Amino acid sequence: MPSRYIANTPDEQKKMLGVIGAGSVEDLLVKIPPKARLGRPLGLTPALAETDLIRHMSALAARNANAESHVSFLGAGSYDHYIPSPINHMILRGEFFTAYTPYQPEASQGTLRTIYEYQTMIAELTGMDVANASIYDGASSLAEAALMAHSVTERKEIVLSRAVHPLYKRVTATYCEGPGLRLRDLPAPDGVTDLAAARQLVTTKTAALVIQTPNFYGCLEDVAAAAELAHAAGALLVVVADPVNLGVLEGPGKLGADIVVGEGQGLGVPASFGGPNLGVFAAKTELVRRMPGRLVGATVDRDGKRGFVLTLQTREQHIRRAKATSNICTNVALCALMATIYMATLGRRGLVKVGELSTAKAHYAAERLAKVPGVSLRFPAPFFKEFALKLPKAPDRLLPRLVKQGFLAGVPLKNFDRSLADCLLVAVTEKRTKAEIDAFAAALEKAVA
Amino acid sequence: MANVPKELRYTREHEWAKQDGDRVRIGITAYAQEQLGDVVFVELPKVGAKVTAAKNFGVVESVKAVSDLFSPVSGEVVEINGELAQKPETVNQDPYGKGWMLVVKPSSKGEWDQLLTAQQYEELIAQGGH
Repeated sequence: MPSRYIANTPDEQKKMLGVIGAGSVEDLLVKIPPKARLGRPLGLTPALAETDLIRHMSALAARNANAESHVSFLGAGSYDHYIPSPINHMILRGEFFTAYTPYQPEASQGTLRTIYEYQTMIAELTGMDVANASIYDGASSLAEAALMAHSVTERKEIVLSRAVHPLYKRVTATYCEGPGLRLRDLPAPDGVTDLAAARQLVTTKTAALVIQTPNFYGCLEDVAAAAELAHAAGALLVVVADPVNLGVLEGPGKLGADIVVGEGQGLGVPASFGGPNLGVFAAKTELVRRMPGRLVGATVDRDGKRGFVLTLQTREQHIRRAKATSNICTNVALCALMATIYMATLGRRGLVKVGELSTAKAHYAAERLAKVPGVSLRFPAPFFKEFALKLPKAPDRLLPRLVKQGFLAGVPLKNFDRSLADCLLVAVTEKRTKAEIDAFAAALEKAVA
Repeated sequence: MANVPKELRYTREHEWAKQDGDRVRIGITAYAQEQLGDVVFVELPKVGAKVTAAKNFGVVESVKAVSDLFSPVSGEVVEINGELAQKPETVNQDPYGKGWMLVVKPSSKGEWDQLLTAQQYEELIAQGGH
């Protein structure tokens, strides 16, 4: 029977086999040793009708807890910020709705313009001169920043704070293996990077000092002090920052960062169980030729009309081959478009509001939750919209109970740091209401009692 | 035919070298800049860096391509043309003069004699530059 999803018919298959002189599809496989083959049909259940299939998939999906079905306090790099409805409406337009970017300027002025606007807004938010068209996610952005710092300084050590997202660190370690870069671990006792230790670790061998603010534990770092000590050693300062916070927090570039990277998911991109995400990457002008990724520039055509094109492509793989600045020559165009619409929709005042509400509600929640008997804030340092709670019972045992009551309570830190096995990372965005926070505190109180 | 000054020596990769007392001044030839088109960026090593004959010392980028620069001689970089950072087009306008790139203090004398003479270089570019 012809398959609905395979384009050629049995007749066409016969014709094609005839052309090459094969009797059957099976004849094409004789070169594969029998023991490497299954020897029986795949044990698939019979095909479902489309309506049955949709019902089946919907039932499976309904078993997931998500930010629609539950009240989410999940963070650790992916947050439940509000996604304004114009985003979905706009990205579904045929001109935009592709993960691939049609880069030919003669055919793609709309796409190129949105990317240019994305770059402009990211540069403004981060306080940097130039931003690229985005890369995969926060982790790959940081890894690329490490390689870039090595290429700029010709030094081989990267000093990374322990308060940087542990998964970003693992991706960076993978990237650094090829060129033989050494990652040096900078302690962060009490949830904040130890800058006195940094003074010892950051030397003339250091390509970059890497900190994150707010860091993985939600605490704020002293970017200006880190910049000063990195620069005194001739190293670059790389700052990991979440752009959605930068309506309120100062852009790291204004505080001395040389490269700002981060996860841009909060800018209107759904959490989607962990991706696709949005890798933000911004740098100072003098480093632009070492910057990875695509870059859209504004120019004029021969009639003097403004237009947009890819620029500085000579850094990239298809021209520079093995000597390219990086192996990334694409971007996450659709997620970058979501972020562009997000930033344009909210505007300056909206972004300030999101930051103010998130931090105010996070502080209310921290105060409220720390009043639960046996529960306390793990770190004393100032935080923004996320904080670590120390719990009297193992978080792994509490979480399923709270899920049943409608709460995604947070991210257990056990998987990232054994010494924090009794801690839960709780994130609070502008979406959370006082009623939700109070109900969560009550549910937690019952769960730990 | 591009200008090939008689008093200079050349590499097969289209750099020129000029004796300057005990130093060697280095740039790219008129032929090279013609082939590249408008130069938009020149990346040079730092003063104090070591360069090696026939090895890459930097990059010249034009609107058409990015090309590696190869050193005619080995030695230490004692001077670089900082003007090229702001005015890379000088390489097109005056490749043998204001468009110079490096001054190197050579570590060996023998390498100079390995370089192409003006006549040999003219023959090379007459054959299409390869």
